Amino acid sequence: MKALRDVFGDTLVSLALTNPNVLVLDADLANSTKADKFAKAYPERFLQMGIAEQNCVGVAVGLASLGFVPWLSSFTVFFTHRAIDPVRMLVAQTHANVKIGAAYAGLLTGLTGKTHQDVQDLAIMRAMPDMTVLAPADAIEGEAIIRWATDYDGPVFVRLARDASRDIFEDQYRFVPGKTISLRTGSDVLIISTGPQSARCLQAAESLQNEGISAGVLHVPSIKPVNKEEIVAASERVKLVVTVEEHSIYGGLGGLVAEILSEASPRRVIRFGIEDRWGESAPNDYLLETFQMSPPRLNERIQKLFAKSP
Amino acid sequence: MSSRTDYQELEGLARKGRWLAISTVAGSGAGHVGGPFSAMDILVALYFRVMKIRSDDPKWPERDRFILSKGHSSIGQYAVMALRGFLPVEELKTFDKGGSRLQGHPDVTRLPGLETSTGSLGQGLSVGLGIALGARMRGQKFHTFVMIGDGELQEGMIWEALHIAPRYKLGNLTAILDWNGLQQFGWVLAMNETHRGDRRDPWSGTDLRGVFEKLGWHCTEIDGHDFSQIVPALESAKASGDSERPTLIIAHTIKGKGVQFTEGKHEWHSKVATDEELRTVAKELGIQEMAV
Ligand SMILES: Cc1ncc(C[n+]2csc(CCOP(=O)(O)OP(=O)(O)O)c2C)c(N)n1
Ligand SMILES: [Mg+2]
Repeated sequence: MKALRDVFGDTLVSLALTNPNVLVLDADLANSTKADKFAKAYPERFLQMGIAEQNCVGVAVGLASLGFVPWLSSFTVFFTHRAIDPVRMLVAQTHANVKIGAAYAGLLTGLTGKTHQDVQDLAIMRAMPDMTVLAPADAIEGEAIIRWATDYDGPVFVRLARDASRDIFEDQYRFVPGKTISLRTGSDVLIISTGPQSARCLQAAESLQNEGISAGVLHVPSIKPVNKEEIVAASERVKLVVTVEEHSIYGGLGGLVAEILSEASPRRVIRFGIEDRWGESAPNDYLLETFQMSPPRLNERIQKLFAKSP
Repeated sequence: MSSRTDYQELEGLARKGRWLAISTVAGSGAGHVGGPFSAMDILVALYFRVMKIRSDDPKWPERDRFILSKGHSSIGQYAVMALRGFLPVEELKTFDKGGSRLQGHPDVTRLPGLETSTGSLGQGLSVGLGIALGARMRGQKFHTFVMIGDGELQEGMIWEALHIAPRYKLGNLTAILDWNGLQQFGWVLAMNETHRGDRRDPWSGTDLRGVFEKLGWHCTEIDGHDFSQIVPALESAKASGDSERPTLIIAHTIKGKGVQFTEGKHEWHSKVATDEELRTVAKELGIQEMAV
């Protein structure tokens, strides 16, 4: 188990060795995002932009125009809210080769509370033409995605959770944009998730077996682009589709799945996530309980749904 | 309260405030120390000497307003508010634990006595500006104070407010810059370079006073840890509420001030003290009861 923020720092250091164009621009959070590892290894390629996220994004666009590959280091919320105008106009609308390392994404942000918890980022970035939106689940997938994003020519938003979570992938993992990944098959319920929440869903699915419910888990690391046919095919094999995300139930993964299915294969989709309320400062366990996304709460909620499902 | 020029009482309160801040953070398992410590003396002066406020009536319309724009220093503000009677000192224990009124960053929807929410840096001065502007329009006489950080001062939105406040001649607005020379990560020192902290002062070599004055602010500079400078500066800013220029008090401070091992250390921006360290802190601050 390795936290995605450590994966972020370590992968950038290793990439820099072979790719001289890789730079890191930090908005004064390198010791939180772990871009400080890069600062230590490549001080001349680490650019401290201060607590000024909008300028940081603009500078990255200028550097990218000269062939550099700038990775940005700050909290998710400051990209998708504070600096959203330059992200939209300068990065997305010009297809700039800028990589957004969106740290501390989601609900579990180390007690910082609702000011720092970004549970709207997928909705915002998904609606942004030209933006690739990725959300790795574990260390192996995180590294693969950061490497892929560096090689890809264009803007990428990588949603990185703060803390370590259960490993689900093996060394031979290969990231393919758009591709969904079946972590477990089941005939009753399909749980669709993204980011480290997929691991919690997997645990819930395993425990549902004891209740006589056969639950599959489909992991969606690539929110955009996404392979619609795979989501449709997997959904058509079960009686009930449930989406689970560390994000608002509006416009994120749940919205994505509901949009796809309502057009291609209409069926009931239940969305679990943050229900139109703000988060708060609290330990991870407390938050996962409060928002009913811990494996035991998911197990209960799905049992209840399944009992009622026609 | 003691005589106007006797600051022993305030010094004692500041020591207590620092203890409450660092011990509360230790109890919660996360939180900031350096920023609350550099701001502590000014917070104590505001809450205990300068501001007209009622702890039993936090929404009293004539109260002076205070906004901690550098919201990550919330525990400093909560500690002083507790000492001043806005909340039970006991309640500090709930900081950052689920369901608390004491959020990691000040949350106006939860805790009476706050004027707005902060936490995303750079936004508090604009709200203070709006309050001061509204007070002028309504003929209300209270004063509005906003504290900003020197790292925070890098945010563009602050400069938007710095530009507008003098245009509206808001003498009833005072910004206090907690210039402690450190932010979270900042810039490493070059060889042989020395600064007051262990990283480069973000504004070293910049004539901030000149910049503020050219923008139209009335500017004063104080040692932000010397009550004999803090109190008169705040009081004179407040007394000039009818003037045509907002005041900017540059407070030269030390991040982590008050405890030797936290002073000038950027790692203490946000860090949890061990039990051993807490014992040292208690000793240095002259705190008797170690109960956290
Ligand atoms: C818009 C925004 N960007 C980044 C952060 C993360 N952050 C919190 S505190 C801090 C450093 C603040 O430095 P300074 O204003 O000097 O405060 P102090 O030294 O008093 O702690 C940073 C970067 C934030 N809260 N808001
Ligand atoms: Mg500072």
